[in-house]
Amino acid sequence: MTILSTDKLNRVFGSLTAVRDVSLSVDPGEVHALIGPNGAGKSTLVGMIAGRIPPTSGRVVFDGKDVTSLPAHRRMQMGMAYTFQITAIYARLTLFDNLALALDDRDPARVAAALDRVGLTERSDQLAGDLSYGHQRLLEIAMGVAQAPRLLILDEPTQGLAESEIAGFGDLVRSLRGTTTILLIEHNMNVVMELADRITVLETGEVLATGTPDQIRANLAVQDAYLGTTHA
Amino acid sequence: MRPETRALVLHLGVIAGLAALYPLLPTYHQGNLTRILVLAIYATGYNVLFGYTGLLSLGHAMFFGAGMYGLGLPMQHLGLPALPAFVLGTACAATLAAAVAALALRTAGVAFMIVTLMFSQAAFLTILYFTTWTRGEEGFVLARGARRIAGLDFSTPDVRFWTAFALFATALLLTLWMARSRFGHVLVAIRENEERTRMLGYDVQSHKFRAVVISGAFAGASGAAYGLFFGYVGATFASVQYSIFPLLWVLLGGAGTILGPLVGTAFMFYLINWAQDLTSAYMLVAGVVLVLLTLFARAGIVGEIRKRWLGWLP
Repeated sequence: MTILSTDKLNRVFGSLTAVRDVSLSVDPGEVHALIGPNGAGKSTLVGMIAGRIPPTSGRVVFDGKDVTSLPAHRRMQMGMAYTFQITAIYARLTLFDNLALALDDRDPARVAAALDRVGLTERSDQLAGDLSYGHQRLLEIAMGVAQAPRLLILDEPTQGLAESEIAGFGDLVRSLRGTTTILLIEHNMNVVMELADRITVLETGEVLATGTPDQIRANLAVQDAYLGTTHA
Repeated sequence: MRPETRALVLHLGVIAGLAALYPLLPTYHQGNLTRILVLAIYATGYNVLFGYTGLLSLGHAMFFGAGMYGLGLPMQHLGLPALPAFVLGTACAATLAAAVAALALRTAGVAFMIVTLMFSQAAFLTILYFTTWTRGEEGFVLARGARRIAGLDFSTPDVRFWTAFALFATALLLTLWMARSRFGHVLVAIRENEERTRMLGYDVQSHKFRAVVISGAFAGASGAAYGLFFGYVGATFASVQYSIFPLLWVLLGGAGTILGPLVGTAFMFYLINWAQDLTSAYMLVAGVVLVLLTLFARAGIVGEIRKRWLGWLP
């Protein structure tokens, strides 16, 4: 049983193969982390999964359906949600309006509940652009969560967050465990090891390893490529 | 009062104010007010696309012209009565808008401006090419007897005003309703962050398409009404100047506000009127005012009022 799988996905930009033959499967309810050095193709891969980048070849199957040729908004309607690596909120609209658009519902109670998940309820009438960077990131995550997706794709959600905010983010992810499948791109290894059920390591566009946090930690090839620990 | 109620009361108040104002005005200004209301319908439609959706078209004169010629040509050559001609003119503009949208919406930003400008120039040249029927730049006059619907004779100033008033009030309330609907919220979302909106699962392309068609239909209704009320159909109304006008009106009045188009149209109308008395280079005065506004009141007149005092204005 998988909720999402990719079958030999490739993406070529000119002479660069950003993603090569990536076959990945994500189980329902799991937190699946994608890690790898900069330029490993993580964002390109989730871009293809979400429909933002058309693959050069290969297939994406979501919820048992081949969605490879569907535009991004149709995939979101099917139950995906996506948060951007570079914060993408409605800076000139209020937090209320941001969440109302994510919910596709202007019911004040539902908007307040969605804001409450990231502790921003009191700022409902502020403009999103006036928030601190950390709060903007939390708002964007709240918008993803508010859609009640079956697959939530988080592209480097903790980038730029303070330690305390990262802890809050961890709590939020744990509260979704079991109901929402999460595909998480993350550089902070503490966050990954703590939250992920399974980890896929990408290097130069290819899958280097997939496994539980313990398996990945023990994997020598991964240590060489990414974790930077030297082994004697 | 809830902001929604307050906004509705304000807009109904403006409509009532226009009705109350008319009998008090001298004849000359009564005529001006009629013209302003007809053109404000055009500006209101332009605002749906520019102010709410964030798409800048430089070719709206083709929709205004399609409305005017869609009404005028069949009245002139086929003897079509005024009411079906008005409907036909509006439909022509909406159809043209759908065709242009299907092609132009493949582009964005500056390319969209250029593509709409090009389509509009093509439409303008088409009118000149068929001079036999359109009378080209010189245009043609619609016979007085034909300009009536039921008992309403549009050569009478009072009939003209009250019909323009009813049309404008409809346009204003329609946009107010639209701005508060789910559709309107999605248009604003597209204006503010298109990619975010797409990734929330909204069909951005179809919303933009509908915005162009609505905007084109408003422009067409305005063009058809202008031809019907003032009895003249000419190529000038499809020229690039008439694509720039609604942009200026909306910028001056306040893009993305419901009342901005009316305020901007009235302001510009009287500004040009006043400048024409001063100098033959009257467009220069309009230019200077526009530069001043973009320097000191970038949100336009109503936009600044909203920013400073009335945050609840839709």
